[in-house]
Amino acid sequence: MSLILARKEKRSSMDIGMFFAALLTLGIFSFLYKDNPVYKVCEAIFVGVSAGFWAITYFFDNIHKKFWLGVFPQEGDSPDYWLWGGAILGFLMLLRISNKIGWIARWPLSFIVGATAGLYMMLYFVSNALNQVADTMMPIVAYASDNSVLWLDTFGNFIVVLGVVTGLIYFFFSKEHKGLFGTGAQVGTWFLMITFGASFGYTVMSRMSLLIGRLDFLFGDWLGLF
Amino acid sequence: MLLLTFSDIGLIVTLVIIAAGLGLILKLALKGKEIDRRIIFIFIFFSVASPIIFQIKFSEKATAVVKSIYDKIDNLPEGSKILISFDFDPAMAPEVQPMAIVLGRHALIKGHEVVFMSLWTTGQSLLTEIINEYILPDFPEKQEFIDYVTLGFKAGNEGVLKVIATDFKKMFPVDNNGRPLDSIPIFDGVKSCSDFDLVISIGGGKPGPKEWILFVTDPSNIPMAVGVAAVIAPQMYPYYPAQVLGIMGGVKGAAEYESEFIGNYERFKDMKTPGLLTMGPQTLAHTVIMAFIIIGNIIYFRKRKKEAKS
Repeated sequence: MSLILARKEKRSSMDIGMFFAALLTLGIFSFLYKDNPVYKVCEAIFVGVSAGFWAITYFFDNIHKKFWLGVFPQEGDSPDYWLWGGAILGFLMLLRISNKIGWIARWPLSFIVGATAGLYMMLYFVSNALNQVADTMMPIVAYASDNSVLWLDTFGNFIVVLGVVTGLIYFFFSKEHKGLFGTGAQVGTWFLMITFGASFGYTVMSRMSLLIGRLDFLFGDWLGLF
Repeated sequence: MLLLTFSDIGLIVTLVIIAAGLGLILKLALKGKEIDRRIIFIFIFFSVASPIIFQIKFSEKATAVVKSIYDKIDNLPEGSKILISFDFDPAMAPEVQPMAIVLGRHALIKGHEVVFMSLWTTGQSLLTEIINEYILPDFPEKQEFIDYVTLGFKAGNEGVLKVIATDFKKMFPVDNNGRPLDSIPIFDGVKSCSDFDLVISIGGGKPGPKEWILFVTDPSNIPMAVGVAAVIAPQMYPYYPAQVLGIMGGVKGAAEYESEFIGNYERFKDMKTPGLLTMGPQTLAHTVIMAFIIIGNIIYFRKRKKEAKS
């Protein structure tokens, strides 16, 4: 009930905004028929508003809140001088607009690339490689606490192990994919295809959700059909 | 006497129209006529719009991967600390907002202490809207700072996670309203993310659930659950069940959780379930897409057969 009330209150207080939002949505949908000037206008508004929004957001969140209030804090707090390092690197990044000294912008870029690589290297290695390899090393036959075989779990474990092994065989190119090895690679291909299919299905669901969100807005919030 | 509801009639009408239309398209295609892509768009539009208007719902049952999140929240002792991060933007909201709403309700009704935050600047406004308009009206007895607290958005992406993994108050000295964390009862005894009993990240971009796993929960062995946009869900499965205890993938995951929640809490049995409602159009749209794939394949194989003959 609270949801319905919230929707009605919002509707009455934001009618003009909602009207424009609906028009922009319909304008973007018009591309499905064919490219047209209305779509171009809506697209340009979206790009402009997004750029403006992000510019203001980054300015206040990073430059004002993080840097300015960090180095010139309110009474009682001590300034964080390390922030100057980030500010100088940020300024150097802007030098790329100059033809003469644009090369200096490579320094902060190198710092970002190096720091990010260093930060991610170990984390990826541990979480995405070591831990997941360890999880794959599972007993194929799963037992319950009373030592009876859990057939469904056993089947699941078998599929995981088979998928990993045959998938790795498929990507092993130092040996020709022939005979038993070739069969393994073929099975690996099926696993990959099923994975891509599942991934595509999820992508369809994701994109449909966006369409559902917009239609729900048009029919519910704007037209008030339900 | 057969009693049909408004949504039943809607479902029957929708299915009849879709089936008749698809049959007609198959017939035209078999005659070798070109199908304009806009006809496909019309079908998708109809299969999505009709269930929305008629409020067509299908029943859902929580699968193990979703049920494990539900069970974790349900079985934690009252007063446990849960951190929920809203790492999404308005574009992702139709998919993940239902998860945020139902998770917030579940955590509060179980008497847990909930900390809300966001790594996305656009998540800040959504966080405020979801808490104030969808969650709190059902919990007038809950008090800010005692039962829940909103930390809001913090710029810094992975940097924020790297810091809060070891020192929460260093990155968040104050809450969303500028109140020092030291004076907020929920944060008594909280030094880092390790002091939370459960961390949940809802999102699908970067930074999001994956970064939470890499930077915070996996290195510190903190129980972690994720609610993700469907497009990201396949990337999350390798982490299940050792590194994340459960995954809600897209609206399907949200609908399963809602179904489990309303089934077990009488007080919320009539609550609005955006996840379950979204599964109506999802189901019909997927059916239409599958039908088009089948029609396309029939045409392709017939064409190939004809070419082979000639």
